[in-house]
Amino acid sequence: MSRPKDITVKAGEAIPALEFGPITRHTLALYCGGSGDHNPIHVDSDFAKASGYDDVFAHGMLSMAIQGRQLTDWTEQANISSFSVRFSNITQVLDEITACATVKEISTVDDQQRLVLETETLTQTGTKTLVGRAEVVVKNSLEE
Amino acid sequence: MLSPENIGRTSEPRTIVVEPGQLKLFAKAIQETNPIYFDEAAAKQAGHPNILAPLTFGNCLKLLAPSTRLTYESLGIDFKNLLHGEEAFEYFSPIYAGDCLTLTTEVTDVYDKKAGALQFMVMVTEIHRGDALVQRISGTLVMVNKVKQ
Repeated sequence: MSRPKDITVKAGEAIPALEFGPITRHTLALYCGGSGDHNPIHVDSDFAKASGYDDVFAHGMLSMAIQGRQLTDWTEQANISSFSVRFSNITQVLDEITACATVKEISTVDDQQRLVLETETLTQTGTKTLVGRAEVVVKNSLEE
Repeated sequence: MLSPENIGRTSEPRTIVVEPGQLKLFAKAIQETNPIYFDEAAAKQAGHPNILAPLTFGNCLKLLAPSTRLTYESLGIDFKNLLHGEEAFEYFSPIYAGDCLTLTTEVTDVYDKKAGALQFMVMVTEIHRGDALVQRISGTLVMVNKVKQ
């Protein structure tokens, strides 16, 4: 059975990382409007300080969107059947993040190839902010 | 504080049309470079019927079509103490600009850790196009409570 043309990675290999940032207040304002997440904690420093934080901080879902971009830069979105993350640390203003992912499992069932990827987003200091998992299912092409 | 009595509460069905302008602003915010996510002509050239909603956009639809029944206020959620714990998407069919979708949300779990200092609420949202399930999204919110000694 031939390999699908767009999946050429082996188990244990990393797919290309995606760097994003620095995450400015302008980035957060755009994401506030673009995502519909109007929680003031991400854009209003007065509100953030009154809530006990030193400053506003980035939406977790902004980082998940960047992790998602990394996945869809690598394979067609239609191939991705699930994508989940756990938010493990806050991303601060001016952090630069890198979305990384490694293929953990590859299996072939019937005419489908299934891959499991472990994902993580890291800041410039190496702090893990997101830890996640994505499943990719590709129908094997019978053509070379 | 979040009460376990919220488990089983459901939203009313909320209908939303996926606006191309919203997808374009989202793409700008995340600095998307693939034009299928912000340019209708490029999306069509790539074989899509319209601009494609990216992987995490379903979460935006939840926020853009908020429930009047399951409000943050009625659930006991306060922005000051709110953090995001987890988010999990299952994909059954792509979402495109112009789609008319219906969202329903259910509170499926409420639990705490560290003697109530951290409280978790799990809400599962299903997105349908007509009768067809398009996406299922499980979101876990965390409330950080100041527990008095």
